[in-house]
Amino acid sequence: MYPFTYSRATDVADAVRDKAGHGASAYLGGGTNLIDLMKYNVEQPAHLVNVAKLPLDKIEDLPDGGLRLGATATNADTAWNEQVKARYPMLNQAILAGASPQLRNAATNAGNLMQRTRCYYFYDIETPCNKREPGSGCSAIGGYNRIHAILGASEACIATHPSDMCVALAALAPTVRVSGPNGERSIAFEDFHRLPGDQPQYDNILAEGELITSLDLPEKGFAKNFTYLKLRDRHSYAFALVSVAVGLELEGNTITDARLALGGVAHKPWRDKSAEQLLKGQPATAETFGRVAAHVVANAVGQGSNDFKIELARRAIVRALQQATEGRQRATDAFLNSNP
Amino acid sequence: MSQLLTSAPHRGGLPAPVPTGPVRLHINGETRTLQLAPWTSLLDALREYAHLTGTKKGCDHGQCGACTVLVNGRRINSCLTLAVMHEDDDITTIEGLGTPDNLSPLQQAFVDHDAFQCGYCTPGQICSAQGLLNEGRAHSEAEIKELMSGNLCRCGAYTGILNAVQEVVAAQGEMVK
Repeated sequence: MYPFTYSRATDVADAVRDKAGHGASAYLGGGTNLIDLMKYNVEQPAHLVNVAKLPLDKIEDLPDGGLRLGATATNADTAWNEQVKARYPMLNQAILAGASPQLRNAATNAGNLMQRTRCYYFYDIETPCNKREPGSGCSAIGGYNRIHAILGASEACIATHPSDMCVALAALAPTVRVSGPNGERSIAFEDFHRLPGDQPQYDNILAEGELITSLDLPEKGFAKNFTYLKLRDRHSYAFALVSVAVGLELEGNTITDARLALGGVAHKPWRDKSAEQLLKGQPATAETFGRVAAHVVANAVGQGSNDFKIELARRAIVRALQQATEGRQRATDAFLNSNP
Repeated sequence: MSQLLTSAPHRGGLPAPVPTGPVRLHINGETRTLQLAPWTSLLDALREYAHLTGTKKGCDHGQCGACTVLVNGRRINSCLTLAVMHEDDDITTIEGLGTPDNLSPLQQAFVDHDAFQCGYCTPGQICSAQGLLNEGRAHSEAEIKELMSGNLCRCGAYTGILNAVQEVVAAQGEMVK
């Protein structure tokens, strides 16, 4: 790790000002990803602004019926929040599907959005990587790419976004509130993360110095008919090969509203709005689910080692839609469900 | 900004002296002020500066759980957090849970159930299990397994570890059957 200076911000304005006053600087939340990347010299900030103790850790009702998740609330506090459990159980399940209890106790909500890919070549500074060093090439294309993207990739980068929480957020469609040198703004979650294109060094659309202050969930939480299905190499403490977040609203057996997002398949949490449109007005049947799943992966492209993900994703979507319709998850697909 | 502890040494040229500043930690009930560089992890601060070597360094990347300690009663990986981030926090390490003459219930259960072989992961396992007890969310064997998954055991003593943790959870009346 390279040396750096450190300061602890007292409020949001102080944090933004302090970061702007230093060149290669970074905001520090829980540190579970940033400090790890600094140990590998993948990230080399000369200055860290600790924002973890800013008063942004509340989870509180919004006047419009939604729920505000503070940027520095931990993943654990968010997952186990009574409002989240009752109104957004898909989010509870997605957070608990990720990482370990220790990591969830430290990691913050904003940090979950800001975490970087776990592409092996991104982590290995001895290999070319366009995300780490723009223009150097992509070692994953033509290399070992079992965990890589099948949707929305580019010739410059086939990395995936590693988050579980963000897949549920993509389905729930919150607003990301940020504060920066030019004031405050709100960003729709689906616009926050970006596809790699020819600039894979940018994971999201934040401008220099902008700090996430909260995630504002809308009222609709799909608490009755939802699922978060995560498929991986071992049943706990592993990143998703493919994950699926589904929220449905049903009238009888007819789907009246639908959300569908995938993890582990793209550079960003992959919400498919066209698939959602295909579901609306249709009967919740295996035939519908199969047709929609085929649509989602119709343009998927394998890279060799990850070809299996296309069929895995197709089947996972069907299973997730089935479980959401039933309003219950298979025991093996649920996380910590005996909790009162 | 509340504090600017240090200035970074120059990159290249003459090596600058390592800049340190005082960091006050409450470790196992004792207040300690350590002179630390900002890049010192909580794990290194405990082992190399507070000389509490019960906490182990396994992977140093948050993947094995050997470095688990309790910060304000909550378990975290001490390798992935900086000591300077914990000014005035209460840190509990394996040395703070019990003594050789007065083992904590978890420590006794680990002995009774043969829950280790080489013992390297054990301080992290026990601190993690103490965090699990503090959280109060493990009510079944499956949930104990899931909530202990952040701690790896290279010797494969998982059966004994599960039995030990299960016994203490059950003794607290928290198992659902």
